Amino acid sequence: MMDVGRHPRIKLLAYSEVEEVSGYVGNFRVKVRKKARYVDEEECTACGDCVDVCPVIMPDEYQMGLSSRRAIYIPFPQAVPSSYTINIEECLGVQPIACGKCAEKCDKGCIDFDMKDEIVELEVGTIIVAVGMEVYDPTLLDEYGYTRFENVITTLEFERLVDSGGPLGGRFARPTDGRVPKRIGFIQCVGSRTERRGNSYCSNICCMNTVKDSLLLRDHYPEIDITVFYLDMRAFGKGFEDLYKRSKDAGVRYVRGLPGEVKEDPETRNLLVTVENTTAGRLEEHELDMLVLSVGLEPREDSKTVQQLLSLSRTSDGFFLESHPKLKPVDTPTRGVFLAGCAEGPKDIKESVTQASAAAARAQIILNQDKIPIEAITPMIDLDLCNFCGRCARVCPYGAIVDVDPKRKVSPRVIEAACAGCGTCSAECPVGAITQRHFGDEQFFAQLEAMLGEGPEEKIVVFACHWCSYPGGDMAGVSRLQYPPSARVIRTMCSGRTGERLILRAFALGAPMVLVSGCHFADCHYINANRWTQRRVERLWDRLERAGIRPERLQLEWISAAEGQKFARVMGELEEMRKKVTPEEIEYTKQVLAEKA
Amino acid sequence: MLYRPLGKEVIGLPEGERIGVFVCECGLNIAGSVDCEAVRDYAERLPGVALAVRNRYTCSDPGQEEIKKAIVEHHLNRVVVASCTPRLHEPTFRKCIYDVGLNPYLLEMANIREQCSWVHLHDREAATAKAKDIVKIAVARARLLEPQVEMEVPVTKAALVIGGGVAGIQAALDLADAGHQVYLVEKEPSIGGKMAQLNKTFPTMDCSI
Ligand SMILES: Cc1cc2nc3c(=O)[nH]c(=O)nc-3n(C[C@H](O)[C@H](O)[C@H](O)COP(=O)(O)OP(=O)(O)OC[C@H]3O[C@@H](n4cnc5c(N)ncnc54)[C@H](O)[C@@H]3O)c2cc1C
Ligand code: SF4
Ligand code: SF4
Ligand code: SF4
Ligand code: SF4
Repeated sequence: MMDVGRHPRIKLLAYSEVEEVSGYVGNFRVKVRKKARYVDEEECTACGDCVDVCPVIMPDEYQMGLSSRRAIYIPFPQAVPSSYTINIEECLGVQPIACGKCAEKCDKGCIDFDMKDEIVELEVGTIIVAVGMEVYDPTLLDEYGYTRFENVITTLEFERLVDSGGPLGGRFARPTDGRVPKRIGFIQCVGSRTERRGNSYCSNICCMNTVKDSLLLRDHYPEIDITVFYLDMRAFGKGFEDLYKRSKDAGVRYVRGLPGEVKEDPETRNLLVTVENTTAGRLEEHELDMLVLSVGLEPREDSKTVQQLLSLSRTSDGFFLESHPKLKPVDTPTRGVFLAGCAEGPKDIKESVTQASAAAARAQIILNQDKIPIEAITPMIDLDLCNFCGRCARVCPYGAIVDVDPKRKVSPRVIEAACAGCGTCSAECPVGAITQRHFGDEQFFAQLEAMLGEGPEEKIVVFACHWCSYPGGDMAGVSRLQYPPSARVIRTMCSGRTGERLILRAFALGAPMVLVSGCHFADCHYINANRWTQRRVERLWDRLERAGIRPERLQLEWISAAEGQKFARVMGELEEMRKKVTPEEIEYTKQVLAEKA
Repeated sequence: MLYRPLGKEVIGLPEGERIGVFVCECGLNIAGSVDCEAVRDYAERLPGVALAVRNRYTCSDPGQEEIKKAIVEHHLNRVVVASCTPRLHEPTFRKCIYDVGLNPYLLEMANIREQCSWVHLHDREAATAKAKDIVKIAVARARLLEPQVEMEVPVTKAALVIGGGVAGIQAALDLADAGHQVYLVEKEPSIGGKMAQLNKTFPTMDCSI
């Protein structure tokens, strides 16, 4: 932490938030709001003289509300930057007449009630998102009586209680009577691995955290009797199993089963825990002096802001989505933006640090170059055809098409460096004004004509995206899965490129069956371009039906790069469907579509 | 791999397409279930094709040399490689044709291994017919390929790190130690994140700050 404050090449903007990001890889422009601290960060010596005179008493967030702080405060003694801050919403003294006691007290004159928020503008080539996580809050569901029983605390509160810099100066005691507890219990997976309350995923750190806590207690308070209630203990990292074993050897009791009920004895304030011990196969009751809830990790509530600022996406659990779960774990779909730490998913410090170094290395691949090339698969807009409808700008997942205004008839402009080359804009342009370089309509038409020139009734047209469905087809090959030879695959970068014109041309040329395939929703390599694919196919189903063409002849499947099995299965299913398409149907379709054209 | 703008094609593009098709046997991986000579013969008679060659392993050095030689000797201006998935060797062959001055976007691949020979192991006739079709489709596309120039954008040599927890701190230090200017933006009055609240940390059981 200290190193950051001292490093000549790191400019720390603490108490600050990113408000605006524009530009693209290599050339981001960022606006940061540096909130007013009302204390001169450079001059403050953190002497603390001001604190004693401040009359406002607030719960101390750093100590999890277990002790108090003033309106002028430093979050913890080792804070970087080492400066006090006035929380102006709590402070009485905005008008020095009201209070202003701290300002009088500070000999160095660092306190300035007139300080204003400052907007700092930055230009950067890459961005690393390391916004971390939140800790699960058991108050909402009052889990295990957390809000009702004072002797039920969370693991984060436990961290503060045992810390020598904590509210009790490191003397561990239970909240109701300040005595060292004789029996203490830990409940695992609070807010994790549950469909009913909290989150369905495993939070990854809480098992080992409890093992750690049990050993800390053993070292300092060997007389405390410790019981851990768990579903299964996950000690998968290097050295973890050793620690777990040490904890068991030290006499910590591990009971498999999560308590069904916790009651409090109103007199002793002890906790009565009923649990089905699934190893022993019996119902047990434990009387404990104190209970610690091993709470999980959650995505931050304000993640959405950062997500929108940087055009990122998040998985269904709310954490930021990486470009590829195995091969590009710290990249994001926005080129030049990388992820590190718990922002991407629950993880421990070692993993966070590893990922941070990886993200820094990935960022340097860009920073170490003077110029970076953009793959030539960007759109070209024919402004003679364009009617300024603005659809292209609306569907672009990267906001790479700008300026277009239907009202004032302003033409769209492509920011090539921001474009990722999905081709959705060209598929969605109603007048065909957009040509994607290297993947133009004419090139696809030529493929379709070659494919369907002879014996079209025997062939199945498969549009597959470069990142998931096409490699899914490759995976079927690698696994030597056999399927009927009727499929002919056309590769697009994104399923978003498979526009109506391509699909209808295939049918017009006599294709009995057409498949559009792409990545599963969360896996789309172009943020969410495949949502447009889905809408488009749904629209086409209606249109085909109205034209008297069986909509089943157009199929939509999400096939991932790993789903070779699914690819092969779908090819088999399509072949069965193909056999049922009659020559009359094909002929009729050709006619209808020829009339329309 | 991405390509710098070429702008230095040593071969002026001759009028009309002159496509070279290279049919790979991939040992027996393709030749085992596809009659590669039949595919080559078929390819040679497709419109726009100037030359069709069969190789044992097109991706090998001798295979690539053969492509390079053919481009120069036969004035090829498009290349179709009928072999494995483009996800494997498209970069290889793009570089190969670029080396003798052909724009890398003038390459097309026909996937007759992962999506043909390997999935129709027991029907040589059907696999061969499908391979021909795949090559025909690739040639049709190749005829319309155009050289592309990749744009380059300058890079601002600075990084922004959002969040000053242990992850953000590590990323900022790494980048700064590597010589780059770093801006570290932290929402709270101090950096440190959750780790700053921890007493001791597993697995080393030492203190966190
Ligand atoms: C109770 C508990 C015990 C733990 N014990 C251990 C242990 O013993 N060993 C271990 O390895 N791990 C442990 N962990 C896990 C460890 O805390 C995390 O791995 C680590 O804190 C992750 O670091 P991070 O930088 O990704 O996120 P964080 O620590 O959450 O830091 C994120 C930072 O980003 C800031 N931020 C957020 N949003 C913005 C924004 N929009 N703009 C600017 N700044 C922003 C936050 O203020 C914060 O400072 C424990 C976790 C908990 C909850
Ligand atoms: S504001 Fe002044 S009195 Fe308060 S800690 Fe800083 S230097 Fe000391
Ligand atoms: S790490 Fe352990 S306690 Fe945490 S959610 Fe996973 S299994 Fe439950
Ligand atoms: S979608 Fe097509 S017509 Fe509409 S603004 Fe974009 S380029 Fe113009
Ligand atoms: S190709 Fe995709 S990323 Fe590029 S401008 Fe069009 S919609 Fe946007």
